Amino acid sequence: MGLFARRKTHFVDSDILVIGGGMAGCGATYESRYWGRDLKILCVEKANIERSGAVAQGLYAINTYMGMQWDENQPEDHVRYARNDLMGLVREDLGYDIARHVDSCVHKFEEWGLPMMRDPETGRYQREGKWQIMIHGESYKPIVAEAATKAATEVYNRIMVTHLLMDKTTPNRVSGAVGFNVRTGDFYVFQAKAVIVCAGGASHIYKPRAVGEGMGRTWYAPWSCASAYALPIRVGAKMTQMENRIVLARFKDGYGPVGAYFLHLKTYTQNGLGEEYESKWYDHTKELVGDYIDRQPVPTCLRNHAFLEELKAGRGPIRMVTKEAFQDPHKETVGWENFLGMTIGQAVVWASQNIDPKHTNPELTTSEPYVMGSHATCSGAWASGPEDCAPSDYQWGYNRMMTVDGLFGAGDTIGGAAHKFSSGSFTEGRIAAKAAVNYVNDLGTNAPKVSETEYENLKKEVYKPMENYEVGRNEIVAGTVSPSYILPMQGLQRLEKIMDEYVGGIGANYITNEPLLTRGLEHLAMLKEDLDKLGAEDLHQLQRAWELQHRVLASESVTHHTMFRTETRWPGYYYRGDHPKLDDNDWHCFTLSQYDHESGEWELEKAPVHHIID
Amino acid sequence: MPTFVYMTRCDGCGHCVDICPSDIMHIDPTYRRAVNIEPNMCWECYSCVKACPQNAIDARGYADFAPLGHSVRVLREESKGTVSWKVKFRNGEEKNFVSPIRTTEWGSIKSPSEYDVPSEESFKEQELAHEPEALNIPGLPDLTLKASDQEAQ
Repeated sequence: MGLFARRKTHFVDSDILVIGGGMAGCGATYESRYWGRDLKILCVEKANIERSGAVAQGLYAINTYMGMQWDENQPEDHVRYARNDLMGLVREDLGYDIARHVDSCVHKFEEWGLPMMRDPETGRYQREGKWQIMIHGESYKPIVAEAATKAATEVYNRIMVTHLLMDKTTPNRVSGAVGFNVRTGDFYVFQAKAVIVCAGGASHIYKPRAVGEGMGRTWYAPWSCASAYALPIRVGAKMTQMENRIVLARFKDGYGPVGAYFLHLKTYTQNGLGEEYESKWYDHTKELVGDYIDRQPVPTCLRNHAFLEELKAGRGPIRMVTKEAFQDPHKETVGWENFLGMTIGQAVVWASQNIDPKHTNPELTTSEPYVMGSHATCSGAWASGPEDCAPSDYQWGYNRMMTVDGLFGAGDTIGGAAHKFSSGSFTEGRIAAKAAVNYVNDLGTNAPKVSETEYENLKKEVYKPMENYEVGRNEIVAGTVSPSYILPMQGLQRLEKIMDEYVGGIGANYITNEPLLTRGLEHLAMLKEDLDKLGAEDLHQLQRAWELQHRVLASESVTHHTMFRTETRWPGYYYRGDHPKLDDNDWHCFTLSQYDHESGEWELEKAPVHHIID
Repeated sequence: MPTFVYMTRCDGCGHCVDICPSDIMHIDPTYRRAVNIEPNMCWECYSCVKACPQNAIDARGYADFAPLGHSVRVLREESKGTVSWKVKFRNGEEKNFVSPIRTTEWGSIKSPSEYDVPSEESFKEQELAHEPEALNIPGLPDLTLKASDQEAQ
């Protein structure tokens, strides 16, 4: 008898199942209750929603706020901004939809108790930049989680969702999800009429700069394990722009944020010789991307590009010039509180290395790549747009429904809509939830059913790493080296090495090409085979095992998309060495992929980019 | 900086285990006190440090790049609505900061079900909960005309 057979199974029936209790998940849970007063609404989170997701440690700014009440910006302006930053390719319908609703979310945050900074002269929210407002956000997540907890029928903390379930009879229709409780080890089968995936994007698919104790100090949270992608990919949902990984220029080692430094404190960068360097690379960049370099603000990837070229030219390190600004005590306080509010580790690095920005201009670095849908990047699922303004080929059902019936998403999960950040992710959760309630109401009695065969098979699969370990462990005296299993951390390090060397990580200066990608896929295929032999000593390691499974599937998707797009659309994020230039004739389009779990095959296609805003 | 736990202060209450987003704070079976079981998966988010009623958890910068001799201590006081920080440099210099964390009572947020039930027609409209009022503008912006322009192309 296998180990799995001893595990208790809990069956939980629901109307709406929200997977992931971060910003998007909390928004989805809240809005589901507003529209679905009598519905059974569950929020399932692998950690504790009070401190989960990317906002766990807080934020010092809300990066997406229009300020329509003061006529500061209009939603169209935000679409133009995001489109420009992503080198022309965004789902304008999705971006517009978020932008028009986001202010109401931010106003609710303030009503709920989030301390907003205000401009002493105007009384308006204190602007950090055109789109960003400053907050005292240490408790941003607990506050938002309180709202979601009040709204949910039940919040299930410490359940790692591993797979989605499909309807027993109707193909391409979701019916719920399975997962396991990280504390008790019990198996959970959630049956749902609609599922909203609000899980996290991907850190740790590329080798990070610190590989010892500091590997956890990634820019994006180490617990963001690509469930946002792996869950929908496995059931055949179409994905878009998965090649569009992001690289961040941040303070060295701690990856402390630079937004407030650039925008509010007016600090600026220079090379190791104390020179301005971005303008030097103008002609060179123009040859690669044409007029995109002339757009304002200069796209994030192109600023990275100048940074990387300057380093390659031997004029590092790049530093942030802080000494002038930090002479002002108010600005000095803002600079430090900015870190303490959202990236405490950077304050630790500076304290440990005696870096006081009042006296020393701190170094910057470029991060390893991350895959996500909510920052200055837009990987994720291909979703149906808003009924009133999405072009007809972007509309096949309910708003934010993927290409699988009943499967919705928000935040990192939904592709094509860049620059959501925390407020936009929460907003998108709300948008998806209202649509999901309508979907559930329209279903009537036609509810999906889970298949016993499917969840029983998945149950065996879920606990297999524990069985592998229990059996294989007896073969060896002690230690971590087994011929029969690999530990999750060993698998993770192999994944990170493959992605780094073959798919454009830091070790390859972000460069890849077709032969490298082809070889990378061969390595990934063998890694995938070895995932059947993952060994988990305990439930914590079982969580790590499934996080790795999700990361590998997402990585495979990233690699196929990178292969498909034969141009370099975002220099500074990654380079196709064999196609070094931006190619608007062939590639002013989205890339779409669909995975067939049975055959293991990927199908890639193009989809048009519609510009619905001037 | 991964977190660590002081032996003499920890009483094994498990608040840190309950809150850690990375699932790395566990109770050591021998000592019955908390321990960071996977320091290289610690984000230094300080959720456990803030949650510890005994102030037993501290952080020591990642060994790869943080020289010893520093400390960043935090005191989060829900009753006062503040978070206080003391940053101590390797060279002994100190900086102190205090920020507000919340302007309302904990637990005071209204459930969405406490608001009036939305009208039947509003389900098919684009407005979300509390809109348009919560936007502080007369109505939700829309793009209908421009979308039809686009389709005409």
